[in-house]
Amino acid sequence: MHKFYLFLVLCLFPLSTFSAGPAEKGVSIDWGFNGPLGKFNKSSLQRGLQVYTEVCSSCHSLKYIAYRNLSDLGYNKSEIKAFASNFTVTDGPNDDGEMFERPGMPSDHFVPPYPNMNAARSANGGAYPPDLSLITKARGGGADYLYSLLIGYKKPPESFDVKEGLYYNKYYSGNLIAMPQPLYGDDVTYADGTKASIEQMASDVTEFLAWAAEPELEVRKRTGIAAITFLLIMAVLSYLAKQQIWANVKKKKV
Amino acid sequence: MKSSIPKSQFKNPVINWIDTRLPIFTAANETVGTEHPTPKNLNYWWNFGSLAGVTLVIMIITGIALAMNYTAHVDHAFDSVERIMRDVNGGWLIRYIHMNGASFFFIVVYIHMARSLYYGSYKAPRELLWILGVVIYLLMMATAFLGYTLPWGQMSFWGATVITNFFSVIPFVGEPIVNWLLGGYTVDNPTLNRFYALHYLLPFVIAGVILLHIVALHRFGSNNPLGIDIKSDEDMIPFHPYYTIKDFFGLAVFLAVFCVFVFFLPNFLGHPDNYVPADPMSTPAHIVPEWYLSPFYAILRAVPDKLFGVLAMFGAIGILFILPWLDRSPVRSAHYRPMYKIFYIIFIINMLGLGYLGVQNPEGIYIILGRTCTAWYFIHFLLVVPLLNIIETPKALPKSVSDPIFSSGSSGIASAAPRSKK
Repeated sequence: MHKFYLFLVLCLFPLSTFSAGPAEKGVSIDWGFNGPLGKFNKSSLQRGLQVYTEVCSSCHSLKYIAYRNLSDLGYNKSEIKAFASNFTVTDGPNDDGEMFERPGMPSDHFVPPYPNMNAARSANGGAYPPDLSLITKARGGGADYLYSLLIGYKKPPESFDVKEGLYYNKYYSGNLIAMPQPLYGDDVTYADGTKASIEQMASDVTEFLAWAAEPELEVRKRTGIAAITFLLIMAVLSYLAKQQIWANVKKKKV
Repeated sequence: MKSSIPKSQFKNPVINWIDTRLPIFTAANETVGTEHPTPKNLNYWWNFGSLAGVTLVIMIITGIALAMNYTAHVDHAFDSVERIMRDVNGGWLIRYIHMNGASFFFIVVYIHMARSLYYGSYKAPRELLWILGVVIYLLMMATAFLGYTLPWGQMSFWGATVITNFFSVIPFVGEPIVNWLLGGYTVDNPTLNRFYALHYLLPFVIAGVILLHIVALHRFGSNNPLGIDIKSDEDMIPFHPYYTIKDFFGLAVFLAVFCVFVFFLPNFLGHPDNYVPADPMSTPAHIVPEWYLSPFYAILRAVPDKLFGVLAMFGAIGILFILPWLDRSPVRSAHYRPMYKIFYIIFIINMLGLGYLGVQNPEGIYIILGRTCTAWYFIHFLLVVPLLNIIETPKALPKSVSDPIFSSGSSGIASAAPRSKK
């Protein structure tokens, strides 16, 4: 089905070949959420949430996602409530004009690791760890690129000069990234017993972040199938009506 | 109509009463109804005018819905767009329709213009019709550019910076004009606010010019694939029901293709950088315009001098205004102009080439190609089109649309019309 898209796109828009993306062509994964009937894998999303929470969230925020959105991952209300209460939210001011801290609620957005951008920069050697809510939409190559980046911490070529505070990554533009290698394998212990290899964790967290970027994806694709089916039927019917209406004009011509 | 007491023709008493006092139903009937005679040989390339009209309506409706949820402030614009995408009911659908609708509006209008160029619809007596069309096209480009700024992503911000900078080439008053346009020294909150206000205004200006476009169209009626004047009533059919049903069929096909993008490839025509919030401290590696502005961006970059680059870019659009007087050939349709037909195809390929080059890095072979294509764009309009009339011998024109020799009715290009026309 991907080929079909490509074909359609190539026919229609020979000019829209944008050049953006990583230095080296990344790994291409056949994600379950690709294609016109694509869906997220709920257990992968749950594992991805775990990787985000236990690894990524120490530096990266996820500000457009609220705890209540986790119902998409298959959690029920009480599970979400329990999960949210693990986090401390600064709220206020109260009636005395004081800010106060309270446990998170489902309506809260994911609590960011740093209070502001300057704090984030200062804690990370001047580099700002970007918010991850839109990361698969905000990088050329999308989910494939993110996955490649996470598994792209390889040994640099012999002559390659890795500067202080930067790390070699095969798929990052310029090959020098400020983010240290985040995944080494067994960084988390999956509740469902899946082995936490680098590839497994990278794939799970990518699936999770793809969902975070496009939580509407499943509804969108389902609606699309219905809309296009409707329009094609309408096209056939209106074509038949057109043929009938035009029949006498065509006849007169002869 | 000939009666001394003007009375509406409509049978329904309510409609009749209203129409006698306010002839809106008569006006509608004479515009898209049974009282609007249309050549009977129009092919599917003539569908794109009404498609453009429908697309404008779609854009205005979705735009108003978006405006209800959008916040025009540098600190909130990006967040408010994400709120629309995530929390507003059906927000993602409205925004993706609006976003892709802009691209499809241009696709439709480009095809509409290409049709006019092929069949010589811009020639006398339809010069003003064409010029009003170019005005609409210019307004569309302005509106699209202003709208692209609103999500306040990286490309929004830097695109706005680059494009407003064009005006700095105006001698002496360039800088003050740029500051006046921006409402400050850089693109900032005042810029976003005025761009939003203008983005909301311009579509209604477009709608107004479309009315004039339609009035001008109805003065002489539609051109047709043979490009000849229609002399007998036998060659005309009423717009309704013949072209209403044909346009409706075309609309269904168009919307189906549109939906492929809205639902399955919503960000294909956009740039990933626009999902990164605007940051005045960090310039993206490549600032590229949206694809529909790309050919003119390529022309701008082809000229090494900034002032002449901007002049070339505006000149490229300006040249369209005088096209009816550059082309002196009395034969309209390229069907009967063997040489023009070849140069037309070269022109279209050249235009697609410019579009491709506008989104590439200007380096190496792309610089040379960019300059060649830019030169050809101007050579086509300033040399080829005016001189072709002298050296070209047009084929014999049919006497009428119903001329038996041409009774197949469709010209060669029509076979490339939508596949569904089997």
